[in-house]
Amino acid sequence: MRLSTYIIRIAILVIFSLIGLSILVFVLARVLPGDPARMVAGARAEEWVVEQLRKQLRLDKPLYEQYFYWVGDIFRGELGYSILTKRDVVTDVLEYLPASLELIFLAAIFQLIGAFALGVIAGRYSYKWPDNMVRIASYVGISVPAFVLAIVFQLVFGWWVKWFPIQGVVTSGIELPPTVTGMTTLDSLIAGRVDTFLNVVWHMVLPALALCMGGMLQDARIIRAGMVENKDKDYIALASAQGLPERTITFRYLLKPSVIPAVTIMGLDIAALMANAFLVESVFNWPGFSKLGMRYMFNKDLNGIVALVLVIGVIYAVANIVVDIVVAYLDPRIRLMERGE
Amino acid sequence: MQIRLLEKIKQLSTRFDLRRKWYRFSRSPLSIVGLVISVGSIVLALAAPYVSPYPQHAGLFTDFRHARLPPSFTYLFGTDEMGRDVLSRTIFGFQYSLMMAAVVLALVVPPGVILGLIAGYYRGTWIDSVVMRISDMFIAVPPLVLALAIAAVLTPSLVNSMMAVSLMWWPWYTRLTYNTASAVRNEYFVQAAEVMGASSFHTIFREILPNCLGPILTKITLDVGWVILLGSALSFVGLGAQPPTPDLGTMVAGGGQFIHNAWWISIFPAAAISLIILGFNLLGDGIRDMFIEEAK
Repeated sequence: MRLSTYIIRIAILVIFSLIGLSILVFVLARVLPGDPARMVAGARAEEWVVEQLRKQLRLDKPLYEQYFYWVGDIFRGELGYSILTKRDVVTDVLEYLPASLELIFLAAIFQLIGAFALGVIAGRYSYKWPDNMVRIASYVGISVPAFVLAIVFQLVFGWWVKWFPIQGVVTSGIELPPTVTGMTTLDSLIAGRVDTFLNVVWHMVLPALALCMGGMLQDARIIRAGMVENKDKDYIALASAQGLPERTITFRYLLKPSVIPAVTIMGLDIAALMANAFLVESVFNWPGFSKLGMRYMFNKDLNGIVALVLVIGVIYAVANIVVDIVVAYLDPRIRLMERGE
Repeated sequence: MQIRLLEKIKQLSTRFDLRRKWYRFSRSPLSIVGLVISVGSIVLALAAPYVSPYPQHAGLFTDFRHARLPPSFTYLFGTDEMGRDVLSRTIFGFQYSLMMAAVVLALVVPPGVILGLIAGYYRGTWIDSVVMRISDMFIAVPPLVLALAIAAVLTPSLVNSMMAVSLMWWPWYTRLTYNTASAVRNEYFVQAAEVMGASSFHTIFREILPNCLGPILTKITLDVGWVILLGSALSFVGLGAQPPTPDLGTMVAGGGQFIHNAWWISIFPAAAISLIILGFNLLGDGIRDMFIEEAK
């Protein structure tokens, strides 16, 4: 039952950070802008209207009371109306979030496959040319921002060699499948239209690659470093002395302990994917969460911005719990450390 | 006077063992490349009005007859949609990027480090938990997203984007310093100082802090790149410096709509951002090697 106590401990930490997050967002929404009532009413509204609004929004109460009202509203799922879309922000979020999630999901798959493949190759042929190629590529991955990659990919693969579409979800003329989940890929599968599905995926390749490239190359370096370090360990020498085939040694003995450091930072990678989605989606005109977010931000739509930060914060927290549990599962030392205390 | 100064320098260099550190640093060619890029970009930024071919193109300048010209000997990086020289604007862009990094780090490092030191020194008490839980709060959201939100609530401008980034950045220094400080705290020399009756102020700043400097210095160098990245991302989406400021992120975004027939407007500033980030990353790696080998 060691793993379950570990999970409970992580859950408590996460609850703390979510409380913190809510305070932070509250400050963002109620303290930073000056007078929220004035912002909702507009600059030209009469003073009595603003006064009434202040009462209605409970802005006349002390700040800490406002905070508790506000948290209560969140738990009831009431995040308020958007000034911009004139709808409940929850409706807005539900409409735009799935498109972002499918893009991030594809990027995460690319990142995992790419990081493992490149990391294993570089670790297997360490200090030879494949390793050097990955090393150089990883410096490029660290230093080129995702939005720059997005533009370069668009220019090279969209305009110059024309392998991939430049922007959008599907080729114009193809009808979008009826909305069920909001994810166009899943919806076209549900509607039984494989060609539409492939078309959407084809549109997602460039944005997903631009999203994941930086994280992928860094993870590859981490996996490679782990493999090189573990190669000199006695148990590997023993395994090869026993005459085990090299493939078995690489994949069964070397890889597992070497991926743990990479998995540990995958929580941060998810944050990077979500943050970069904001930049990449706007380059490729992908109708995701960031498109909505940017519209909220430019219109100073406070309820919208708050919902945005909250949703991303919660997704991030959940992703980190999952990562911590996976790490504890992969690395028995972490569980044993608990016992040692 | 001069002799005394020389002696002082000699003393300092033996104290920090500069020659050996430089040897370790210079063994890796990549670190030298990083040093050259970083120093080069700082020099370019400082000398921007003198070295750029058309300094007047940095601000509001229009010459539509020469708009969107491809790279040539007159305009090495071509001209943008207003007929301004992209090379000149890119060189001026270095100023804004580096200034952003300098201001943000100056705002972020002292409070972050001091909080980390205090939390590490009072490890296990309520001070520790309060400071560390507050910093966890800020780490609970991807920094770019929160910086975007803060920049959006305030009016978009260069100063506000710096504030937004600074607000997001200090907890990383608090965490880093906390980890090293709480490890150093249990060393014998710290206990010795305390037994001799050193004040907590002395213990924190004279005993613990000097032993945390290596990782902090490494992180500062690496962070120059990250702050520039975040800053350029903010201006890329329009929440940072506003046109006609020659900010690199703003320039990349501005050229985005002409990418298919005038790629040079976006690509050269984009390459400049990547180059600065690369330079400071390589430099940071070099500095890290310098300190890691010492620990061995």
